[in-house]
Amino acid sequence: MEMENKTVESIPAITIRFAGDSGDGMQLVGTRFTDTSAIFGNDLATLPAFPAEIRAPQGTIAGVSSFQVQIADFDILTPGDNPDVLVAMNPAALKAHLHDLAPNGMLILNEDAFEEKNITKAGYKVDPRESGELDGYRVFGVPMEKLTKEALEEFDLPGRAVLRSKNMIALGLISWTFNRPLEDTENWINDKFSKLPDIAKANIKALKTGYNFGITVEAFHHTYVVEKASLPPGEYTNINGNIGLSWGLIAAAKKADLDLFYGSYPITPASDILHELSKHKNFNVITFQAEDEIAAAAASVGASFTGKLAVTGTSGPGLALKSETISLALSAELPLVIVNVQRGGPSTGLPTKPEQSDLMFALYGRHGESPLPVVAAKSPSHAFYAAYEAARIALKYMTPVILLSDNYVATGSEPWNLPNIKELNNLETNIITKLNTEDGFLPFLRNVDTFARPWALPGTPGLEYRVGGLEKEEGTGNVSYDAANHQYMTDMRAWKISNIANDIDKLEIHGDESADTLVLGWGSTYGGITQAVNRLNEKGVKVASAHFVHLNPFPDNTLEVISKFKQVIVPELNTGQLLKLVREAFLVDARGINKVSGETFTAQELTDKIEEIINE
Amino acid sequence: MSKVPVTYKRTDMQSDQEVKWCPGCGDYTILASVQNFMAEMGISKEKIVFVSGIGCAARFPYYMNTYGVHSIHGRAPAVATGVSVSNPDLSVWVVSGDGDSLSIGGNHLIHALRKNVNIKILMFNNQIYGLTKGQYSPTSEEGKKTKSSPFGSVEMPLNPMSLAIGAEASFVARSIDMDRDLTAGILEEAKNHKGSAFVEIYQNCNVFNDKAFEQLTNKETKVANRINLVHGEKTVFGEDGHKAVVIRNGIAQIVDTKDVDESEIYVHNIHEENPSIAFSLSRLSHGPYGPTPLGVFRKVQRDTFTEEVHGQIDMAKEQKGEGELDKLIRSLGTWDVS
Repeated sequence: MEMENKTVESIPAITIRFAGDSGDGMQLVGTRFTDTSAIFGNDLATLPAFPAEIRAPQGTIAGVSSFQVQIADFDILTPGDNPDVLVAMNPAALKAHLHDLAPNGMLILNEDAFEEKNITKAGYKVDPRESGELDGYRVFGVPMEKLTKEALEEFDLPGRAVLRSKNMIALGLISWTFNRPLEDTENWINDKFSKLPDIAKANIKALKTGYNFGITVEAFHHTYVVEKASLPPGEYTNINGNIGLSWGLIAAAKKADLDLFYGSYPITPASDILHELSKHKNFNVITFQAEDEIAAAAASVGASFTGKLAVTGTSGPGLALKSETISLALSAELPLVIVNVQRGGPSTGLPTKPEQSDLMFALYGRHGESPLPVVAAKSPSHAFYAAYEAARIALKYMTPVILLSDNYVATGSEPWNLPNIKELNNLETNIITKLNTEDGFLPFLRNVDTFARPWALPGTPGLEYRVGGLEKEEGTGNVSYDAANHQYMTDMRAWKISNIANDIDKLEIHGDESADTLVLGWGSTYGGITQAVNRLNEKGVKVASAHFVHLNPFPDNTLEVISKFKQVIVPELNTGQLLKLVREAFLVDARGINKVSGETFTAQELTDKIEEIINE
Repeated sequence: MSKVPVTYKRTDMQSDQEVKWCPGCGDYTILASVQNFMAEMGISKEKIVFVSGIGCAARFPYYMNTYGVHSIHGRAPAVATGVSVSNPDLSVWVVSGDGDSLSIGGNHLIHALRKNVNIKILMFNNQIYGLTKGQYSPTSEEGKKTKSSPFGSVEMPLNPMSLAIGAEASFVARSIDMDRDLTAGILEEAKNHKGSAFVEIYQNCNVFNDKAFEQLTNKETKVANRINLVHGEKTVFGEDGHKAVVIRNGIAQIVDTKDVDESEIYVHNIHEENPSIAFSLSRLSHGPYGPTPLGVFRKVQRDTFTEEVHGQIDMAKEQKGEGELDKLIRSLGTWDVS
């Protein structure tokens, strides 16, 4: 490509945020830029943010959708703190996101959207371009709509269809500014609109027009390049948490030599797991879109009874509805994975925002004494392994397992160094095909190591047995109201779960092991916490971190790890749930850093807060 | 493993558990009917699964020497759906009551019927809550005085046959506990039916709602009140067939046989695709009061959920080949870092 007297500056990382109306195609622009950067070899992390409404009123702050991506030439863990570049497709997008833009950041505005009506709708009294509030940023006004109309004149398309391509102008311009080739996106457009060649051509024309605008317009005198990242060698794909989690379940079923059953009722932000698994029926995956959350869980219990790797997926409100059914699986001691992609609560809450506020609910949200294992995904690429681990525990120990993800893990993406499928461990099951005593079949005669009961599947002659939610007699599984037996079974169900502590990865310390302060986290705050600890260590601040994947039981070395430090800090996107658990279980005077704003922590925010506590 | 005989004695179908319903409960008769039927239905018992919810009837699986799940209140059709779709070779039977099926589990019932899941639902209707000791149920008659309705229930009861037909059920039938032959015949029809079957069985609760179905069981009144629906036969009933059912303007009516031309008498056709007549027959009584139809209301063929789901899996495998994990994790495009 010609460079026309423009300077190219090499930078280690850049964070770009695209913002516009939810119909403006910002998610698509962000995804395309991300994929191109991934193929180029950058490390990256993304953060989509969209309103709960599919099409909120145009031009309003409520309707603004955004997509943030950080690309870097080094290993990064978060989608960046404050964007260095903000693309705002209208005044509302500007208003909603300007406060995040880094000082002297690049601000690309779709000039054509700054008419009085839109300016007022966004809540501005005067045009922000003239009020002085954009001072301190590098502002580039681009007539995106005018450019689109002119470029697409040759195509016989209705006006609305023409304007829909204006996101391609923005993508073209950003591709120019960051020296990204267009080829990959051109291929993608041709593929997507293979049946509508005119639309494909029009979009490619708009893309090139945006790119050429950068070349020819004097204002864009400076472009940037983020070189390839020095990631560990391997084959990579760009993965989001929902897809990673889905693939983890498919892999687990395959490696357990079982078929996968996924029962679910559509709910944001978990629905994409249902969508993804529905595509892969050739893996013998049965997806069941149930009439409600309860049926989704109940059918999964039925599937588990017959010998499937049974999974039911939902988000917070749905977990509430599944609670009674999970207790049934727990009492019947049937394997079941329950996926909860957490969102802001309570009630309908913030359907499209991340929160870690279901931890206590996962641990304790059932009637009766009903402990079960809880596993949490810590990043989009980790979701695959977290799902695999949840399935492993469920099958090996004949228990329901709650797998926690959240909106940040589910919709964010990052490069994933692909595992060697052959090296994934096979998963054990407790399937039984013959009598387990000379006198007959005892459905609750336990494995002496795992305390798991045998899994007899309908269709197996001679092992016919009945199981339900009434208390069972140890061994026979017959209904029993015997006092000593209930005491024993309650204790046994608890032992079975706490015993898993010996069969999970140990808690690892990251950062400065000689430090006095340990930052203890779980779930999606992994990237932010780790980056904050790295930054502090680089500054010479002594601090370490450890991150729970298993929330119940905790790894058996947890006390040992915690005892090495004088101070424990627990950052969470809730009001202090792990904090309470840690204080109670390890009698440590831990401190929380808590946030429930519907946004995750930025690495800088954690860096500052951790340092503040250390310096107190 | 030795070949399992496919005909059994009734005792082969009995589990070793003591049956604990109240003495005189209609459930005993139904259990005997089902065990007798199962012994001779020609399916190996390891392939039979009973699924229940909560209630007196829901203890049923414990008494069958087959596979069984005693699940939670109202959810049996959903659990059974999971069982059936996971293993189409199984013969899956749901045992439920009027509270379990029509109140707390109403949603699951209608969707299992609509989807035509290959499960057979036996709903024992005693028009009362027995296990919780006598509150009114969604099939209790208006004005019913119970512990929770001391001044009489103010609720319109559901008509289970109408509900099932409205929910697109492909097989709908009604029996009564005392009539073992009728029950056996219906069970046989249900077993042979491809898809979901909904069988209401009037069941006497001698403790909390005794004699609720007396009009249909008492020697003095039953002839006048039982309308036996038999496929291909004229629908006449009563002493010497002096009453008949006719369909006028699409609506079923009871007339004196002598008042109508014989050709006008409704000849029952369980295979009629249009559900309107079956629905209209279900409206002849709203509870077991006065002339009440018993037998198979409707039995029509359509694709089952179970088959369709597996059809799609087979098709996917044919089109894409057996799934390979190595390909799956590369399906979004990859790049190499060396």
